[in-house]
Amino acid sequence: MLAFILLLVPLVTGCVAAAVGWRRWVGWLCTASLGFVLVTGVVLATLVVHRPALSEFSGALRVDALSAFMVIVIGAIGLLAVCQSVRYLEHEISSGHSSTRRATLYAVLVQGFITTMLLAVVAGNVGVMWVAVEATTIITTFLVGYRRTRGALEASWKYVIICSVGIALAFLGTVLVYLAALHAGHGAHASLEWTSLMSVAHHLDPGVMRLALALLVLGYGTKVGLAPMHSWLPDAHSQAPAPVSALMSGVLLTVAFYVLLRFKAIADGALGVGFSRTLFVTAGLLSLAVAASLLLSQRDYKRMLAYHSVEHMGLIALGAAAGTPLAIAAVLLHVLGHGIAKAVLFLAAGEILLVEGTTEIDQVKALLARRPALGGVFAFGLVALLGLPPFSLFVSELNMLRAEVNVGLGWVAAVSLVLMAVIFGSVMSHGRHMLFGARPDGEPVQKSPSLVTVPLIGALVGCGAIGVLAWPLDSLLRAAAMVVVK
Amino acid sequence: MNNATYLSFLEIAAGLVILCAIVTLWRRSLRAIVRALAVQGMALGVVALVLGLHRHDVVLVVVGCLVVGAKGFFIPTLVKRVLANEPMSRETSPLVNVPASLVGAGALTFLAYGATRPVVALVSTSAGRLIPLGFATLLIGFFSMVVRRKAASQIVGLLLVDNGIALVAFLATAGVPLLVELGASLDVLLVVVVLRVLAVQLWSKFAVLDLDDLQELHD
Repeated sequence: MLAFILLLVPLVTGCVAAAVGWRRWVGWLCTASLGFVLVTGVVLATLVVHRPALSEFSGALRVDALSAFMVIVIGAIGLLAVCQSVRYLEHEISSGHSSTRRATLYAVLVQGFITTMLLAVVAGNVGVMWVAVEATTIITTFLVGYRRTRGALEASWKYVIICSVGIALAFLGTVLVYLAALHAGHGAHASLEWTSLMSVAHHLDPGVMRLALALLVLGYGTKVGLAPMHSWLPDAHSQAPAPVSALMSGVLLTVAFYVLLRFKAIADGALGVGFSRTLFVTAGLLSLAVAASLLLSQRDYKRMLAYHSVEHMGLIALGAAAGTPLAIAAVLLHVLGHGIAKAVLFLAAGEILLVEGTTEIDQVKALLARRPALGGVFAFGLVALLGLPPFSLFVSELNMLRAEVNVGLGWVAAVSLVLMAVIFGSVMSHGRHMLFGARPDGEPVQKSPSLVTVPLIGALVGCGAIGVLAWPLDSLLRAAAMVVVK
Repeated sequence: MNNATYLSFLEIAAGLVILCAIVTLWRRSLRAIVRALAVQGMALGVVALVLGLHRHDVVLVVVGCLVVGAKGFFIPTLVKRVLANEPMSRETSPLVNVPASLVGAGALTFLAYGATRPVVALVSTSAGRLIPLGFATLLIGFFSMVVRRKAASQIVGLLLVDNGIALVAFLATAGVPLLVELGASLDVLLVVVVLRVLAVQLWSKFAVLDLDDLQELHD
């Protein structure tokens, strides 16, 4: 029942929000529901880490170590984003940009968004995973366009058009996998359950599976933000409200990647690792190259963060291409580390936009001197995201590169290091511009609300702690990697 | 229904699907394009109906009826509503002119036949031979999304992609499990509704419906 309750709690909270309308306590209730998700994720992880998967409703919901890990990721980043939504909505209402009715809509949509992401990671059926990922697109479209400015509407238009085409391709890929399973001996008993697909993986028709995997990588890759279908991402992430950007960049991208990992495991059974490796290396290097070239001349700090997500999705695609247990464990650690760091940065960026009133890098100066707390959070967030120790992204990037070298993808590791160095340089120079400098005479040092800074600092400390101490995630990461590596 | 009539019905319906896709490239009046889309939706429903009758599969017959209703009538009506806001319901400036688009459609059809060879070989039924037509419809939809500028044309392209995929799904597997099938159909409906809401907001607030006007966000 645990997985079912996990889905029910955020959904019911959303219904409560719809029934009573936006209030401050509703915001805290939503935050509490995300706290529940995080705790349930930890409980599920302890239940399945050394034992077989939990199965509910005859396999409709299925939780193994990989699912449990993703529930923890959704819970942790969701908690951060939903608690910051309270401040965001109160500011929007008090400044007249939003009404109580629109704030209610926002709260309900965010709860729905969280529920569909949770459904995607605990579903046992790849068809249901598809439905859940598609549902996230429809729900988040209205969140991206929440501010109803011309830019926001334009971003949501592009988002829904591009992601719908992508997800349609993923549907075709799923249909082809089903077709291959129909002809794989089991005949009428074929189903879209992930476990039954895994059990017939060796008998799936290779020709059809090649076409299917290519369509799936292109299709789900659109939602992940992998090049060449990434073009919706910088627009949507820069136009959405900051907590929504944090959720989309921190978790939604990796939920789509999670589905891709499941399909990669099936396809590897049918085709060997060679074919999926080629696809993931191509998508990964292309994403890194796109991010490197567009970050160089970036003038908008929210778009800078968005392109940085394209880079990190490229990195995890390369890690998945290596495909060893070490590599997949590093990929998953990177998913968590990037999610936390990126959520912190988007939330800090939202606060900067709120107090400075601009998203131009040129217009923001001397943050560390003028607003030490906010500037400090932004600075440490950037340090984490650029993969410097002690944060966990350093460990995961190092392990992914090591795994790539170990499987003979040394040249891929070398090329990605060069591109990462370019990205490092350009982000550092943008960051330096925003953070350093002297405070203008006569301007007092300004404090930031502790409601904003305390959770963000807490998240950064968590991200650092994961990087320093392997415990307690280590055994969960190993178990989760073994789910999709045979 | 004997085998020969079944096959010829299926061939006519599947042929109609791709023919309508080509008509959307050929005609420039958006109203004519939407009409072609409606015919395509009905033909797609007929494919499911014929398959269902042939296999004595009641579920598939019901799905076929739903597809005729949704893709033949409901969705085209919604798209027409999007057009109602637009003063110029003609595609005035496609990136590629009509003859070149038709040549492109021919090339894409060849490509579809090449790419689907393993699928056709695996299915090995007479219905399976028609699968490349679904892929060709999908590719034409993609193509038209890239070369057409109007917001409504983009919706049409998206629907072509979706209809092509549905045709493949029906012919290859006689429909994936019902839950997924319904999820997929409901999804297109919702996407079209969402796009209509966005189009209305863009039009009423900013008088934008030409995608060339959507240039605010760029690097």
